[in-house]
Amino acid sequence: MQLFEGKKGLIVGVANNHSIAWAIAEQIMAGGGECGFTHLPDKPDDERKKNRHRVGKLIDGNPSAKFLVPLDVQSNENIAEVMETAKQEFGEIDFLLHSVAYASLEDLRVPTVECSRDGFKLAMDISAYSMIAVTNAARPILSKNSSVCAMTYYGGERIVPGYNMMGVCKAALDSIVKYLAFDLGPDGVRVNAISAGPLKTLASSAVGAKGMTDLYAAVSPLGDNITHEQVGKAGAYLLSDMSQGVTAEILHVDGGYNQMGSPGRLLDSYAELIAKSK
Amino acid sequence: MSVQERVFEIVASQLGVDQDKITMESSFVNDLGADSLDTVELVMELEEEFDIDIPEDAADKIETVGQAIKFIEEAKNS
Repeated sequence: MQLFEGKKGLIVGVANNHSIAWAIAEQIMAGGGECGFTHLPDKPDDERKKNRHRVGKLIDGNPSAKFLVPLDVQSNENIAEVMETAKQEFGEIDFLLHSVAYASLEDLRVPTVECSRDGFKLAMDISAYSMIAVTNAARPILSKNSSVCAMTYYGGERIVPGYNMMGVCKAALDSIVKYLAFDLGPDGVRVNAISAGPLKTLASSAVGAKGMTDLYAAVSPLGDNITHEQVGKAGAYLLSDMSQGVTAEILHVDGGYNQMGSPGRLLDSYAELIAKSK
Repeated sequence: MSVQERVFEIVASQLGVDQDKITMESSFVNDLGADSLDTVELVMELEEEFDIDIPEDAADKIETVGQAIKFIEEAKNS
C-alpha cells in the first residue's frame, strides 16, 4: 500500500516549481495522496492572472490535484473560504502544509535593529500568525490522526546574519508550532515543522541567500547541500502516518549543519589558507 | 541557438508575452509588465539556463532585455 493512499489534504504556499511546498506535494501525490492547492491572490487588474498561472501550470492535468484557489493569509474570510472548498472537495483532510512567509525587502535587508514597526507587523502577520489562523480554521475538518506541518529556518534559533527580522518571525513560528501541538494534541492532530537548509526558491532568490549554500557545503556533517527532493520526502514523512507519535518537533533537514559547534572542515581549509599566506 | 534567441524565448514564456514584441530595448518592468516575483523568477531561469550566477546587485541594475543578454555573455566569457 502506498503511503498516502486514501489521504487528502491542503497545500498552502506553492509559488512556483522551485517551492518547497511543491517538492512536498509532489512526494505526496506520487504516494497516492490527493492535494488541494492555494496560490497568491492576483491583483484584480492582472488579466494574465500570473500568480494563479505559476501554480496552475504545475498541476494542470494532474488527477491528484483537486483544486486551486487564491488565498490571502491576512484575510480570515479568505481562509474560511478555502477551508469551505476543502470541506466540499474532501470532507475531512488528513494533512495540512503551511509554507508561507513574507517581509518587505526594505525591512529584511536592513539590520534587525532598524526594522520598521509596520514592516515587523506585516512580516509577523504573514509569516507567523497565519499559521495560527490557517490551523484554527482547518480544525473542524482535520481528521483524527491528521498532521500539520510548517516550514521554518535555523535563523529563528540562532543568529544567522542576513536572515535578520525573518529570524524573529521564525522564532515565533517555532513557538507557535509547539503550542498548537499542545492545543490540538487531544484531537489526535500532530503539529510539526521542517527546518530546511538553504535551497534555491523564489523566496531565497529574492532575499539573496547565495553564499549560504557554499557555507552549508563546507560546514555541514554531510558536506553538501540538501535537495528539493530530500525536503520533499521529509515533508511527506511528517505529513503521513509514518511519523505517528511525533509532534511539537522541529525536524532539521540541513545535512546536520545545526548541530555543528565549530566551522568543522571549513576551519581546516581556513587554517591552510592562513598558513599559505604567512 | 544564440544567447539572444534563448533569452528572448525564456522571457517570452516566463512573462507570457509574444516573442515579436520583445526587443533589446524592452524594459522588463515598464514594457513587458514584469512584477517583482517575475523578475526573481526570470533571474532564476536565466541562471539555470546559462549555468551562471547573477548576484543581487547586478540583477538590480539589469532593466532591459539587452542588458540581461550583455551580462550573460560577459559572465559566460569570464
